[in-house]
Amino acid sequence: MNSYNLSLNNVTKIFGRRLVFKKISFEMNSGNIYGVSGNNGSGKSTLAKIIAGVISTSSGKIEHMIGEKKIIPEELHDHLGFVSPYLFLYDEFNAEENLYHFAKIRGINPDNERIERLFELFNLADRKKDLLKGYSSGMKQRMKFIFALQHSPRLLIFDEPTSNLDNKGKAAVYQLIEEESKDNLVIVASNEDSDLELCTSVIDVEQYKKK
Amino acid sequence: MKAYSLFKKDWHSELRTRYAINALAMFILVTISVILFSIGNEKISEYLTGGLLWVVIFFSAMSGLSRAFVSEEERGTTLTLQLLASPSTIFTGKFLFNLVLVFLMNIAITILYSALFESFVIRSLDLFLIAFVLGNFGIAVSSTIIAAIISKASSKGTLYPVLSFPILLPLILTLLELTKFAIDGDALADSWVEIAVLVCYDVIMLTASYLLFDFIWKD
Repeated sequence: MNSYNLSLNNVTKIFGRRLVFKKISFEMNSGNIYGVSGNNGSGKSTLAKIIAGVISTSSGKIEHMIGEKKIIPEELHDHLGFVSPYLFLYDEFNAEENLYHFAKIRGINPDNERIERLFELFNLADRKKDLLKGYSSGMKQRMKFIFALQHSPRLLIFDEPTSNLDNKGKAAVYQLIEEESKDNLVIVASNEDSDLELCTSVIDVEQYKKK
Repeated sequence: MKAYSLFKKDWHSELRTRYAINALAMFILVTISVILFSIGNEKISEYLTGGLLWVVIFFSAMSGLSRAFVSEEERGTTLTLQLLASPSTIFTGKFLFNLVLVFLMNIAITILYSALFESFVIRSLDLFLIAFVLGNFGIAVSSTIIAAIISKASSKGTLYPVLSFPILLPLILTLLELTKFAIDGDALADSWVEIAVLVCYDVIMLTASYLLFDFIWKD
């Protein structure tokens, strides 16, 4: 399997007149877990969104590569799995319907075997026919992991991955992060020590705030 | 195909939640009833009924078509869509949804209108149908891109008609003219300038929308 490489080159983000961070440069490779740490409001989520291609940088460059092949921004979503507290799925659909629509919009056929395994892993198999509006916040958080992993992405970005989860849920997430990091690139943005303990290397966003 | 899947997701969602359909149906009923009550037993001119038809269509479009993007923003699912597909796929899917909604809405309005207003008589049906199809296409594409713009704003409700008015004005004025010709029974060949204006409007709006959407979609 080709390696997934990500390089951040002098990435700066400014919202209006507020500098979020300045000149972050970093190389990340698959087979590792990278952490993004910082206080509340420090820009962890902003950096996660920038890496995911959801928001643009003010200056600097980000390059995603699989082996020697550069991934163009329009195709990044095919290789990306993203979990965050500000990500919401469709409450009017049940879990299966959500995943069916997501697969179709991605242009792939739903991999039912993989989805079943994920339902089992996240303990949602017996609730998959229920509408998401009836789910608790912890169940919704677990459902977001299934959404992120459904299409076997090579880059996984987990922003505050254990928020709303009980100890059993956290253990499942840590196990998943360890397993996925064997072949893929995993980035964890969090200020929880237990989340960051998994990481081989950590970017502290606070260090990139000075003008 | 991906855009069609997004359209199917939106349609499935609409059938469950009825965000837009209910708003549109109620608006059409209320507006036509108000016009009927205000006219009473007065006999109004054919041209005026033609004009009122597009007024009903314009304001009905204002009441329901912004939902395509506003509902995603309100439910917080914009990020989910951003993670699923490219901006052009998203725009095409949303445009398809609005196109179907506009056609269904305007067919219902025209049928109701024809049944309730005696003085609404179309003598040149082919001309009216061409204006209707091109007009609906223009309304759908304009309202989709305006919905994308206003979905990021805090005062969505008031901004939508305000922003739509100058953008839809050339389209509505041309449609009013063509409806007048269709009521008069003019031949298709005599109205080619107005039809060309409609085609140009649709092509320009569609091209501009695809070019603009990338910037609107990314914060």
